[in-house]
Amino acid sequence: MKRTGAISLRKRLVLQLLALAAALAVLLYVTVRTVAGDAAEETLDGVLGAATLAIADELRGGEDGVSIDLPHEAFSILGSISQDRIFYRIAVGEVTVTGYDDLPAPARKLGSGLASPVFYTLPYRQTQVRVAAVERVVLADNAPVAVTVMVAQTRTGQDTIAARVANRAAGLGLGVFALAAILSMITAGSVLRPIDRLAEAVGRRGPRDLRSVDHPSPAELVPLITALNGFIARLRAALTRTETFITEAAHHIRTPLATVRAKAEIALRRAETEEARDTLRAVIRSVEESARSASQLLDHATVVYRSDRLAREPVDLGKLVAGVAQSFAPTAELKDLAIRTQGLEAAVTVTGDRLLLESALRNLMDNAVKYSPPDEEILISLEVVDGLARVAVSDRGRGLSGVNQAELTRRFARGGNVRDIVGSGLGLTIVDEVTAAHGGRLDLSEHAEGGTCAALFLPLG
Amino acid sequence: MRFLMIEDSADLAQSVAERLRLDGHAVDHAGSLADAEDCLSAAPYDLILLDLSLPDGDGRDFLIRQRRARRDVPIIVMTARAGVADRVDVLDLGADDYVTKPFDFAELEARCRAVLRRRGGATQTVQRFAGFTFNPLTAQVVIANEPRELRNRELRLLEILLAAPDRIFSKAQLCDRLFSYAESVSDNAIEVYIARLRKKLEGSGARIETVRGLGYRISAG
Repeated sequence: MKRTGAISLRKRLVLQLLALAAALAVLLYVTVRTVAGDAAEETLDGVLGAATLAIADELRGGEDGVSIDLPHEAFSILGSISQDRIFYRIAVGEVTVTGYDDLPAPARKLGSGLASPVFYTLPYRQTQVRVAAVERVVLADNAPVAVTVMVAQTRTGQDTIAARVANRAAGLGLGVFALAAILSMITAGSVLRPIDRLAEAVGRRGPRDLRSVDHPSPAELVPLITALNGFIARLRAALTRTETFITEAAHHIRTPLATVRAKAEIALRRAETEEARDTLRAVIRSVEESARSASQLLDHATVVYRSDRLAREPVDLGKLVAGVAQSFAPTAELKDLAIRTQGLEAAVTVTGDRLLLESALRNLMDNAVKYSPPDEEILISLEVVDGLARVAVSDRGRGLSGVNQAELTRRFARGGNVRDIVGSGLGLTIVDEVTAAHGGRLDLSEHAEGGTCAALFLPLG
Repeated sequence: MRFLMIEDSADLAQSVAERLRLDGHAVDHAGSLADAEDCLSAAPYDLILLDLSLPDGDGRDFLIRQRRARRDVPIIVMTARAGVADRVDVLDLGADDYVTKPFDFAELEARCRAVLRRRGGATQTVQRFAGFTFNPLTAQVVIANEPRELRNRELRLLEILLAAPDRIFSKAQLCDRLFSYAESVSDNAIEVYIARLRKKLEGSGARIETVRGLGYRISAG
């Protein structure tokens, strides 16, 4: 009976926490990558710039023009950082003095006053290169000449670093995500635990436990518990009202019925004519019938109500049967019926609802007394048959006259041979429902020599 | 027997009292628990008939108070509550028996008798007539020092006849008293019990006569 329409709180909480963790992990990855990439570029630029400046420092002017003594340290610094290829060009204007003369010059004009080099990236020989360029003015032939020094380097090293950093960043992001996932599960569990505990505390209650809930709970659950307690209180009040109503109604109906019956009996004692007698007998029979129907309906309602939430207490069948037998003795005596009991001293215990079992047994006894002819015997026996307790009520009455058991246990159904005896047709229905609720069965049979045997089979224990 | 009936419906109380008096019992009526206490302090009773819904309290509280004070006058609860739970409840509280309204007077009497017999007490109301004594409580007639057991219907038949010796009771009248209204019996069914009772009374001076076309009467000699 679980409603699954709404997503469970736990699922919702976990999903939202996971989404948050994923977003954080991605952000972390992107940030680390960007920052690390920038840092790598800056470092490599620094080295490239330093090498360029070192070369530029070696520019010499003379009478025969510009000369340079390429410093090997500059190239070995560059080589020590990565396996990148290095290109250089030293040019005066558009004329290359030394180096690769297809290495493009910077797009804009460099000022000779600039101490630090200018960096730019461009495609060169099927790859991207980073170029550092600086301009120096050298006196050649006593005339100032602007010399541009360009050093280019492929970026394999930087890419390798970037890839390594990206891997680390991804690993870090995944790690953070996994940790967050575990933490979100734990959080969801601990946040929802009070709700589970509350549900368990309410669910564990007995069927007739209508006390208000005072389970220690976090403040957020207090409104729910308050509402639940309000509901329980209303339910309790409604049940009490119904119970009071039934009791009151029974009282208000039965007391006047009792008065009618008493007055009718008195009138019958004094009646002179046969006609008056017949009328009064009919009145008394009707009173009896309505009273009996009312009791049986009430009993049936009780059986239905209690069967749903069956009490599980040990019931001593011997004692129960003896009590019922004793309470029927005066009624049976009125018809000179003897009630004989058999096997009640044996300790036979079943688990169930004492009231329901008593109700079932009383109905069987009531039938036996009603349908027995006078001067006969009713036998109630208790025994254990094939691991089941068997309580049987045998009478010497008119039997079942071929009507089957399924028919007789139907509500308001009565045998065809009992029209002259007052009855409601609910007795065997009650018996059948009580035994079924206890996991047992009712067995109706006829004696060869006449009479009915109604046996209850109930599981022991 | 002397009954105290604690019942708040005056109408019902009056009818029940009248009906019990017809059978020769004395009945006092208390409409509330307070009245009941007054009656109990003034006179001894053989049996209390107790309703549960009373204007000044629950009959069960009265039951508990009586049993706690060790006043053990037999109490039969007479109630409109018919549930099995109610029955078990009052018996546990110390009631001797339980009848549901509306009740059959024959059954009420049978229950009273059973309770008194079980308690082994109560004033013994032994009747004497034409050479035999009759004790309704023990269901015995004694003729020439020889006790004979009466079955329930024989006993009730004898009670009816002895209440008015020499008066003629019709078959229908006797049937109404002897058989439950819940079963339909022909008036001739009474003949069996008349014959049995005659046999039980053999040897005494009493005779049960058939008055042709009218009924039966008991007379001495």
